[in-house]
Amino acid sequence: MELLLDFATLRVIWWALVGILLIAFALTDGFDLGVGALLPFVAKTDEERRMVINTVGATWEGNQVWFILGGGAIFAAWPFVYAVSFSGFYLAMFLVLSALILRPVSFKYRSKRPEAKWRSFWDWCLFIGGFVPALVFGVAMGNVLAGAPFRLDDTMRAFYDGSLLGLFTPFTLVAGLLSVTMLVLHGAAWLGLKAEAGPVQERARKIAFVAGALGVILFAVGGLFIAFGDMGFRYAGEVDINGASNPLRTAMVAAPGAWMDNYAKYPWMMLAPALGFIGIVIALIGMKSRKEVLAFGGSSASAAGIIATVGASMFPFILPSTADANSSLTVWNASSSHLTLFIMLGCTVVFLPLILIYTAWVYKVMFGRSTTTALKTNPDLY
Amino acid sequence: MIDLAVVDLSRLQFALTALYHFLFVPLTLGLSFMLVIMESIYVMTRRPIWRTITRFWGTLFGINFVLGVATGITMEFQFGMNWSYYSHYVGDIFGAPLAIEGLMAFFLEATFVGLMFFGWDKLKPHAHLFVTFMVALGTNLSALWILIANGWMQNPVGAAFNPDTMRMEVVDFMAVLFNPVAQAKFVHTVSAGYVIASVFVLGVSAIYMLKGKHKGFAKRSMTVAAAFGLASSLSVVILGDESGYALTDNQKMKLAALEAMWHTEEAPAGLTAIGFPSLKDRQTHYEVKVPYVLGLIATRSVDKPVAGILELVAISEDRIERGVVAYDQLEKIKADPTDMLARGEFEKVRNDLGYGLLLKRFVEDPRMATPAQIKEAAWYTVPNVPVMFWSFRVMAGIGFLMIGLFATAFVLCTLRKHETKWFLRLAVLAMPLPWIAAEFGWVLAEVGRQPWAVEGVLPTFLGASSLTVPQLWATIVGFTVLYGALAVVEVGLIVRTIKKGPFHEQEQQALFEDEDAPMVAQEG
Repeated sequence: MELLLDFATLRVIWWALVGILLIAFALTDGFDLGVGALLPFVAKTDEERRMVINTVGATWEGNQVWFILGGGAIFAAWPFVYAVSFSGFYLAMFLVLSALILRPVSFKYRSKRPEAKWRSFWDWCLFIGGFVPALVFGVAMGNVLAGAPFRLDDTMRAFYDGSLLGLFTPFTLVAGLLSVTMLVLHGAAWLGLKAEAGPVQERARKIAFVAGALGVILFAVGGLFIAFGDMGFRYAGEVDINGASNPLRTAMVAAPGAWMDNYAKYPWMMLAPALGFIGIVIALIGMKSRKEVLAFGGSSASAAGIIATVGASMFPFILPSTADANSSLTVWNASSSHLTLFIMLGCTVVFLPLILIYTAWVYKVMFGRSTTTALKTNPDLY
Repeated sequence: MIDLAVVDLSRLQFALTALYHFLFVPLTLGLSFMLVIMESIYVMTRRPIWRTITRFWGTLFGINFVLGVATGITMEFQFGMNWSYYSHYVGDIFGAPLAIEGLMAFFLEATFVGLMFFGWDKLKPHAHLFVTFMVALGTNLSALWILIANGWMQNPVGAAFNPDTMRMEVVDFMAVLFNPVAQAKFVHTVSAGYVIASVFVLGVSAIYMLKGKHKGFAKRSMTVAAAFGLASSLSVVILGDESGYALTDNQKMKLAALEAMWHTEEAPAGLTAIGFPSLKDRQTHYEVKVPYVLGLIATRSVDKPVAGILELVAISEDRIERGVVAYDQLEKIKADPTDMLARGEFEKVRNDLGYGLLLKRFVEDPRMATPAQIKEAAWYTVPNVPVMFWSFRVMAGIGFLMIGLFATAFVLCTLRKHETKWFLRLAVLAMPLPWIAAEFGWVLAEVGRQPWAVEGVLPTFLGASSLTVPQLWATIVGFTVLYGALAVVEVGLIVRTIKKGPFHEQEQQALFEDEDAPMVAQEG
């Protein structure tokens, strides 16, 4: 059967689509995670906390689906990556899942009882549910850039030499903290849009300035690691970009500094890190001048830029291996079959616009700031 | 060699998390549609009592829904975590329905569910009803895609092994979608969810009736539950029978095992109602048989035989022998991808490759297998017969009880005899039963699929990740503690909400307004 798009094109489209999904996750659920991580620090009284929780109350659940869909899309488009990374980062995944399991129940159960202890318990669960995933996602991104110690045997079974503690190196910690500052800034910007003016907003702004400043530093330090550290991989021979998805058929090598190759080859890719920096600056200017929309636009741009930087640096690599460079997973060797990529693209083209339309409608219905006075009159609020 | 302790622990973990997930999912599936029915009555009649009814069951729905969502997160990722080789081997087919589930269904339900709870004051009644309907549609479509994925594991149509990528790949996506096993499973499973929700609503309403509280509320709820439950319990049994029929083409072994039918049953095949299957003697003691019935269920006829375990084991043995040939040719292709002769030979036997892989449990290289090992592997294709036999009887028995329960409820509600004491007590006692049936249903479906992760394609023991025993214990203990604690909290909150009753909110609101009234007066 002749398909409309050739295999290599579809592989690149899916690389871009997975990137877009991750960015959509960071832009939407990212502020939910940020708000969760900020909750105990920006809101002190029960009323303030309820007001903060209700800024995301009606929409966090839909936002979280970007994460679930990210998992499903990686499974469908890059089965190798799904199989190798989630079993390789096993205990880290368990940490993230536990935190993300706590989050939905915390939102729902917190308001079901009036006791201060009960509520404070779930508040801290919300904090864990925001902070831990933000940190671990960043650490995971760092490990993706640095490469993971796995090997594939001739039946494509993956073996993994690493441990949970091995995931934490200076570079991956920088990546983890960058992710936390990025989402905290984004969460604070969201509170600027949706929380009522008052002490909560002021506290959030103060934290945002610290997070933004740290973010700029961490992003720059991460860049130095990538430019001058021992990271990077290259193809050693000609690669058949339309070939069967079999990592073991083309040689790859570790090549320190190779993550800078794309910027030399395609200078426009430097837009991604530039956006990461400029976004933070715009967010802070917006915060300073109390232009909430500008601040939120800035934090969104920076999150998109930072995530795109990972993709731009690594392309075509997705998950390189430090144990056996030839097992490294790339856009050309780790995808699903031509037909599956094509069918899934069709489904995405149909359903993604629908999702955007009804999500926009829900946000429109829920438009307006969360206030402490609304808590007294509306029994539906958390 | 594969570490079998890791395989067993991975299976234990999957069974625990999946069975736990399915405590909450069916209630979500059914209650969402019952909310649509209740809210439709409200929108049509505009009587406030129906708004109260919808909101009260909606509150319980919400408490249950979050745990379904929370435990579903684990499900989406643990294929990759614990079943890494499985994920590689069938991800090209199996990943697609999971991703489409996210795109088409889970986004729908999760986006609208927030509005369902927070939109009462912001939306006009018919718009809110639309939102509730979208939630119900989303949850049920979600079940559809998950069961398409699961159905493919039971009956892997539309896919073929690709020696270049060492995995199964899609050749006919429509066949995956319209897999008869998946379709039968979908209707059977969602119907089971509707029964569970109906029993829940009926039981809670019966508690109120017995206590003489909120009778107007409880009677109306009971009536909805009785009608919805009767239709659903009939559908779950009839469509369950449809999955029995679908089995005959591709999962004869499962049917033979749940019937503990060791020898081929000549036409007209009789159904074993009860007996004591013995693994050791390979026969069933004290059988009580009902003539004709099995033939009707399995073949839709009275003149066709139904294959027994011994005959099916003999077929497996043949397929294992061909599987060894497939394995041999595959090794040649791996050594030299341009070996066209080997590719030609492989084509002829590639459907039996999975049977060759079964031998890996007994010998490192299937080509070195002795005849005794091949025989052992052939017997290994028989799932655990007593577990199958009894799970089926518990599930099906409860299914028939449910029809009886709802038929009685329907008659009593029609005659306006809502206060029949003995029945109310029965309705309360019956509450756990459909959950038990649903869990046994999954045991039946998944134990019955053993030793395969994907029937005839990939043995379960090959599907596991290369993990260590301590890693698995860490997550099993972790999930058990977390899930256990959340179950206690959830049940506590549900009981608390039921105790408060459906009018609690209005009472609070009235109190609040009373307090405010003098102040407003003063200010005025």
